[in-house]
Amino acid sequence: MDWQDDGYVLSVGRFGDHDAILDVLTKGHGRHLGLVKGGMSKTRRADLQPGNQVRVDWKARLSEQLGRYEIEPVRAYASLALDSGLALAGLTAAASVASACLPERELHPAVCEGFGVLMEALTGAQPSIAPVIFVKWEAGLLQDLGFGLDLTKCAVTGSFDNLAFVSPRTGRAVCHEAAAPYASRLMALPPFLLGNQAGSPTPADLAAGLRLTGHFLAQSVLEPHGKTLPQARDYYADLVTR
Amino acid sequence: MKAALSGPEIERLVQALGKLPGLGPRSARRAALALIKKRETLLDPLSTALREAAAAIKVCSTCGHIDTTDPCGLCTDPRRDDHLLCVVEDVGDVWALERAGVYRGRYHVLGGTLSALDGRGPDALNIASLIDRMTGKTGVEVVLALSATVEGQATAHYITERLGAGVNVTRLGHGVPIGGELGYLDEGTLAAAFKSRRPL
Repeated sequence: MDWQDDGYVLSVGRFGDHDAILDVLTKGHGRHLGLVKGGMSKTRRADLQPGNQVRVDWKARLSEQLGRYEIEPVRAYASLALDSGLALAGLTAAASVASACLPERELHPAVCEGFGVLMEALTGAQPSIAPVIFVKWEAGLLQDLGFGLDLTKCAVTGSFDNLAFVSPRTGRAVCHEAAAPYASRLMALPPFLLGNQAGSPTPADLAAGLRLTGHFLAQSVLEPHGKTLPQARDYYADLVTR
Repeated sequence: MKAALSGPEIERLVQALGKLPGLGPRSARRAALALIKKRETLLDPLSTALREAAAAIKVCSTCGHIDTTDPCGLCTDPRRDDHLLCVVEDVGDVWALERAGVYRGRYHVLGGTLSALDGRGPDALNIASLIDRMTGKTGVEVVLALSATVEGQATAHYITERLGAGVNVTRLGHGVPIGGELGYLDEGTLAAAFKSRRPL
């Protein structure tokens, strides 16, 4: 068995004194682990930082084996983020969310592409848009895993206008008028998730977006497996919404 | 099933040695054999040294360094600069900095870095004691000598935030190592070096 693919490093764990087990989110093979010989050496460790884009060559005798990775660095997002606490927190949060939510070896090319867009945003010239992309990436992750939010129309009236809330149970949007009696029990829907917001979202909008995707990731994806949202995501949400 | 080649005491010794970093089962067996062959000159002094060290070692309640006294020798040394506090991940980092002889201030050992993968949060590290140590102090420079990794720098940013704006916090430079040739450096190190350039 042998394949090549592009992907992003999600995590790296030590295996013995010198080797590493690398968790990579690849476009064509999903989240895939592999052994990197000498991965803990001084010269290789920089390439294997979470968030980095890499080209991997995976080899194993049988497809179900862990296999060995040969790694070629493509873009070192981790080193670009090192100077910014917010970028680093976003990078760590995204990597840990992907690692916790995505099953191994299941194809999610859109999530992988979105991860790349998020890394560019976190380390690029406009880091202020990164939290919005983070929330949209998480919404895309939910969609890809089969738990997507339905924000097209109101679940009660069928109206396409004034969508302002989301049901925490079904993930369907509710318009302002229909939500009035239950507003306290519904989750706020930030306008940027509908794509109809002019200007930058407020910290309150970002907090609402992160609360929304966080709620459904925890409820639908993580809790059935006895997991909770990663601490790194809570820290990023805290930094963003201050 | 293979019969044991030696008694349980020797097997236990081999197994204990095999848990040390850099030693696998084969090298542990070689090390055990060397110890047994040189019983008077190696095994007995080593066992005495291990027993004495195990009984005497203390973790410094001020900085987290290990020594045989609490507070440790580094915390009580009057020749050290009280206006410099170097924060490191591990005791090995203190030894490395002391070996280099470039720093004469105080230390604070965190005991690791924040790790999303391992679920190691701030409560698992000596961060609260660092904040306590810095409370009410003025004119102290906190040097964050943490790894240039995502985990190391995430920890550095977290500590900077917890210490607040009133504390002078610096970090070690990132870039080209002494003797390093640009052609052999990875893209990340080069990017960090370029960002850290300074006028000559």
